[in-house]
Formats: sequence, C-alpha cells, structure tokens
Amino acid sequence: MTLAYHRSAKNALLTTICSLALLALPATSSVAQTKTREVSIGLQAAITSMDPHYHNVGPNNSLVRHVFESLVHIDENQKLVPGLATSWKAIDDLTWEFKLRKNVRFHDGSPFTAEDVAFSIKRAPNVPNSPSSFATFTRSIADIKIVDSHTVLVKTTSANVLLPSDLAVVRIISKNVGEKASTEDYNSGKAAIGTGPYKFQEYIPNQRVVLKANFGYWGGEEPWDVVTFKMLTNPAARVAALLSGDVQMIETVPTADIVKLSKDAKYSLVDKISNRVIYVHLNQSTEKSPPFVTAKDGKPLDKNPFRDLRVRKALSMAINRDAIVSRVMEGKAQSAGQLLPEIFFGTSKKLKPQKFDPEGAKKLLAEAGYPNGFAMTIHGPNNRYINDANIAQALAQMYTRIGLDIKVETMPSSVYFTRATKLEFGFMLLGWGTESGEQGSAMRSLLATHDTAKGMGVTNRGRYSNAEFDKVLSAALVTMDEKKREAMIIKAAEMVMGDVGLIPLHYEFSTWATTKGLRYAARTDQYTLAIGLKPTN
Amino acid sequence: MFNYFLRRFGQSFLVLIAMSCIVFLGVFAIGNPIDLLVNPQADEIERVRATAALGLDRPLYEQYFTFLKGAASGDLGRSFVFGVPALELILSKMPATIELALFAMVIAVAIGIPLGLVAGLRPDSLIGRSIMAFSIVGFSLPTFWVGLVLIMFFAVQLGWLPSNGRGETTLLFGVPVSFLSWDGLSHLLLPALNLALFKLSLLIRLTRAQVREAVLQDYVKFARAKGLSQGRVIGVHILKNIMIPIVTVIGLEFGSVIAFAIVTESIFAWPGTGKLLIDSINQLDRPVIVAYLMVIVALFIAINFIVDLVYSLLDPRVRLGQSSGGGH
Repeated sequence: MTLAYHRSAKNALLTTICSLALLALPATSSVAQTKTREVSIGLQAAITSMDPHYHNVGPNNSLVRHVFESLVHIDENQKLVPGLATSWKAIDDLTWEFKLRKNVRFHDGSPFTAEDVAFSIKRAPNVPNSPSSFATFTRSIADIKIVDSHTVLVKTTSANVLLPSDLAVVRIISKNVGEKASTEDYNSGKAAIGTGPYKFQEYIPNQRVVLKANFGYWGGEEPWDVVTFKMLTNPAARVAALLSGDVQMIETVPTADIVKLSKDAKYSLVDKISNRVIYVHLNQSTEKSPPFVTAKDGKPLDKNPFRDLRVRKALSMAINRDAIVSRVMEGKAQSAGQLLPEIFFGTSKKLKPQKFDPEGAKKLLAEAGYPNGFAMTIHGPNNRYINDANIAQALAQMYTRIGLDIKVETMPSSVYFTRATKLEFGFMLLGWGTESGEQGSAMRSLLATHDTAKGMGVTNRGRYSNAEFDKVLSAALVTMDEKKREAMIIKAAEMVMGDVGLIPLHYEFSTWATTKGLRYAARTDQYTLAIGLKPTN
Repeated sequence: MFNYFLRRFGQSFLVLIAMSCIVFLGVFAIGNPIDLLVNPQADEIERVRATAALGLDRPLYEQYFTFLKGAASGDLGRSFVFGVPALELILSKMPATIELALFAMVIAVAIGIPLGLVAGLRPDSLIGRSIMAFSIVGFSLPTFWVGLVLIMFFAVQLGWLPSNGRGETTLLFGVPVSFLSWDGLSHLLLPALNLALFKLSLLIRLTRAQVREAVLQDYVKFARAKGLSQGRVIGVHILKNIMIPIVTVIGLEFGSVIAFAIVTESIFAWPGTGKLLIDSINQLDRPVIVAYLMVIVALFIAINFIVDLVYSLLDPRVRLGQSSGGGH
C-alpha cells in the first residue's frame, strides 16, 4: 500500500516535472504528436449500465454504441446504413434476410458470425431486473434461422416494416461470452466485449466511463486512443468543466450559456434539429369539462370544449410559435406543423406550422359558443424538456390575450408523468422523440385511438380518436412497399393535423459545444458519440 | 452502562423503522417510477413486465414487508435503475463523501477555532472585526453560488485546480482515498473548501462567543492573577472549558455535512452519495432512497453516541446513563 503511494507520488512528481519541461521547450508540437490522443466528454445523464440489453434509454443506447454494434446503423440524420449487416431485404411479408459483414472480430479476437446475432436477439428481451427492456423491438420476431455463418433469416409473426430500424437499437454481443455473463459482468468489463471501435476500460456508476481504441476495428482507425465520458448532470457544472478544460465537449448546452459560448473564440457550438417535438395534448376523454377546465365563474362546462375542432384550432392559432422559438429558446428550435421535421420519413411538405392569428382564434372560440372564453390550467413538467416551464408561461400569456383565464402549474417529471398518464390534467405540455425516425410510429403512439391491447395510441394522453384516420394509419403500418407506405403515412398525417389531433409547438435543437479544433457531426437522435468527434486539422 | 446501551439501541431501532415507513409512503405518493424508467416508446406489455420485474405490481404494504424481511438479513433491495444491491451502491460511494466531509471539517476546525479565539480575545481590534465580517459573508452566501464562484476563479480564470470530479485514488487500509496524491488532492480542495465555508463561519462565531464569556469568569481572572502565561491561560483554562458546546456542534455538523453535501457534490460532480441521492430522487429509485436514509440515520445515531462519549471525557461531571446526561 505504502509502496503504491510512493510510486504514484513519484509518478505525479515526474509528470509535473515533465510538463514543466515541456512548457519550457519551444518545439512542443512534435512531442505532443507522440502523446496518447485523449478526449473527455461531459454527458448530461447518468449511464446506468454497460450491459447493452439492460436498460432501453437514450443515454445508455448511445454510450454502448462505442463498444457494441448493431446489424443496422443509424447515421446523423437517422437514415439506416449498413452496420454488422452489409445488406438486408424483405423476402416476403413475414421474412427478412440479413447478409452479415465478413472478417469482423470481437475484442477478444473471436470471429463474428450468425450465431452471435441469433443469441443477441434472443437475450435482448430477457435480461433479469431490466427496468425497461428491449422486448419492444423484438416482440414481432417469431424465429431466427441461421442459413450459413454470414446469413440470417428473421421470421416475424406479422408484417413488420420497421424491423430494420427496430434491430438498429439491439446491440450484438458475443455468444461465447454472453452465455455465461450477467449484467454485473458487463458493468465490471469482464463481458463487455463487442465489435465496436472502442473497447471497455472502466465504468463507475454516476461518475465516468473510460474507453480505449480498438485498433483492429473493421471500419478503420478512430482519432482517439482514450475517451472518457464524465457524467455531469448539473448544467452549470457541465459548462464549467468545458471552460476549465476538464472536458473538450459537452452535450445539451444550457440555453442561458449558448450566447456566451458562441461569442467566445475558444469554443465552437454545433446544433441540429432533433427528432423531439414539443406538443400539447388536449384531454378529450370526458363528455363534460375535462380536469382543470371550467367556465370563468368556476362552474363546470356542459360539454368538453376540446372535442370541438374549432376550439382546438383556436388554441393552436393563438400560439405565437416564432416568439417561443426566438425568445424562450434563443433560436435553438424550429416551429412545428407535424410530429417530425421535414427531413424525416413520412413527413408532409404541405404541413406548415399554424400561423399566429389571435383575432381568428377569438372568432373561432365565439363560433364554438365561448365568446367570453373559459378558464383552464396549463400543466407541464419543469425538468424534462428544454425550458419547459418557460414555454408553459409563454403559452399562458398568449391564451390570456384571446380572453381565456389561465393558470400555470409545472412540476418535476417524477410527479408530472404519473398524473398525466392517469389523465388528471386537461391541457398537457409534452414532448416526443421518435426513435425510429418515421412519422408513422409517432402517430401510432400519440394519435391512434387508445387501445393498449393492440399497441395503438399507447401514449395518447389526449384520447383523441378518429376512426377514418385509424384506418389509413393501420393500413400504412403493414404496407411493405416503401413508396406506397410513405404516401399513406403522409395522407394520415395530413388528416390528423388538419383535425388538430394535438397541437405541435416546436422541434427541439440538440446542442453541443467543443473546444476549437474539434468538430462534432451533430445528430438528430441526440446521441453524443466519440465516433462523430474529429480534430479539424 | 449496559442499560444505557440497550436503551439507546432500542430507540435507534424504532427510529429506523419509522423512517423507512415514512420514506416508503412518501416515494409512493410522489409518483410511479415506471413512468420514468420505461422507454416512452415501449408498449403496454413491456410496462406490465417492468412493473412486475421491479415488484411494483404488488400492494404497497406487501412491498414494505418484503423490504423489512430483506432488511432484517441485511438486504435493502436492488436499485431500480442500476439493478445492483442498493446498499452496495451506497457503500461504494460512501468513501468519497466521507473523505470530502472529513476534509471539510478539518479545514473548518483548523481555521475556525483559531480565528474564533483571536476574535474572542480581541473583539474590538481591526483583526477581530475583519474575522467577524468574513464569518458573516461565509454564513450568508448560498453554497451553490460560492461553489460556482470558486470554479470560475480557480478552475476557469486561473486554471490552477480542476473544476469537477474525483482525481486519482490510492488505497489506504483497503479504502480508496484521494488526498494522498497531488491529482487527488487538487480535485478535493475546491469542493472541500466550499463545503467547509459555512461550518467555518459557524465555528468562528461559536468559539468567539464562548471565549468572550469565558474570559470574564473568575477562574480565568484568577489564573491571570496567579501569573500564568497567556498561552497557558488560553490553551488550558479557556479552551478546555469552551470545548463542550463546540464538540457538540462539530459532531452534529459532521453528520449534516455527510448527509447534505448534495449541493456541493452536484456542482463539483463529486461522485459521492449526495449526488447519488439527488439522481435517485429524480428517478424515483426507491430502494436507493430508502437505503441511503437508513444509512444516514444510523450514522447520526452513531455520531450522537460518540459525542456523548467525548463529553464524558471532556467533563468529568457528565456520566453516561444518568437521566439528565449532558443536558444538551
């Protein structure tokens, strides 16, 4: 013990002397070239496990992508690109064929084959104690047939057009290692053996993850030898870490610091539109007054105003989206007219953000029988989406302008989502990130008629229901032909947005700040990957 | 003496039971962890599966009794989020927090008591007044603000010390500590200073008040009249007699430093239990919240007990186990 202490103290002393000596030397650049190329990245969320199949949440899925890969990869714009599979196609409605990449090796040197694929897909939904499993992505799979060492057939129980994008989230692990391993073995690193560009070095919960380069990587060399991800959940601490040079990149720059950092020549800021839309669900589940919606004198209304298209439309017209984007979001957002920005699959070019028209909104309210408006409470979270509480306040001011009596109540997400799911609110500020990157699955969750048995409208907290729209959407979801399917999804989107099934506000931008000399390939899926971080020269 | 231990133990046990019950009800009242843990894109089957996997499908009293049964054998449940035993998770973060708290208390005691002494002996001098002014500042500034200022000054502007995290650790008697290497120490300095500032000011004020009271007492006058040196009067007669309230406060404050280093830990991303607790509350990770509070309550009980023992050493009039005890 004392020996270790002496040695490390000596090392520290040596390092200090060396770095002092380096400072004194004029030609430091040639010395710096031979140093290990290290980079540290500040993350906003805690990584809860290194087991790629333990917890299906964005931050984990993003981080394990360095060590483990999928059959199908997702590029910066959420387009599917070849990963461990070089190609895939649907042979018939119920069968997909994946051709696997040859000459890929795991970090322990063993070759990657079809056996590993079959094993990974079987393990993914069945990890003990998982708080959110990957079963959602593998539910449609009936069987996996190994044709030869580098070809697999995936049989589904019903036509699943989204299978490749589902499998993009399921990481491939080594069968040899995985058969005997538990989640703890992945956290300790014993079993954290994948095919990815980085190898596992260290994982300390709530603190950091350290990765080192995998020099035999099939996709070519990465620019970093060692990558450290630090979990800096406090936004001020994250910015301070960047300013003091402890990390070279941070994700989710707080809105208040964006202007300051963008003016500082020592840092570069990148942002990109994300797949997350901020929207409003109007509770249409009740015949009479929904919760927290009353006449101005506090008496209940004799019918639910949100069931009237004119009221829904008026509530959308009263919102000055451009003001929210420029004032509340400091320009780091874009006004929304549907559930995904136009660069995504199944989005309509015709659906533009609703124009701000308070006079028109008043007229529509009067036509619907509310010439003097009504009273309601806006409910929203205050620690889930970017500036969520401020958005709720801004909405309140805009609605007061068209003659409504508004109260605002925001709460931590731990309280908010439980109550929202129980439909305890009338007017709910919410957000939705579409991981599959196509509008069909977003509409299926948020707008299809609520029917948990069929998996339709699972998160439809507004309980909007439109039989005709349901028919078009359901047909689209099982159409295998890409072109036809996209046309049908667009048709469904135009129907439901015309009927104001929900009120879209804006798409969030994801932001990253790096020190000068680094460049991050910003992504729509909000992942922060060392794989996309390169030196500029 | 034995009776005294037994009574203390019984009381502590009841406190632990009551606390776990309150936390169980409290977390239940806040919300359903499933709404935060399960990916929003997941379907109903997955929600039902996760609810059952975490044991949340059973009635609350049943969950509570399962917990009590486990707790009796030392198992405080598994973290919903990390999937590892909650107690193990907390204990793995404990050394970092205790090291930070100890270091902060050492700073507070080593600076606070001498400054308090000076201010108490020379209350009207410039130095005495400056010390008091400093203590008022230290008292009234919010911890998170001081923390950010320290980071801006020492880490960002001067670049002397790192802004976050825990540095290199070395094993001392099997426990990882960071104060033995420069890298570790440099990471420790800022958060410890931030955490110490309030306690430091508290100790200055407390010591000063005690000293001012003590110097007027007859025994001090008598000691001076006897011609004892200034050093002996202060070191033996004054200091020893004012230590009882100071030890009480140090003991209690040490407990609160460990339990509530949350703000400092999150600003400096110090990987201790405070940061773990705040993250767990945000995620409604009940097993970790309950286990953490159990550990903290046990800690407070232990500290109070040690304080009582120290009393009896400092003041021969105090006897453990007698009804009125130290009277504090």
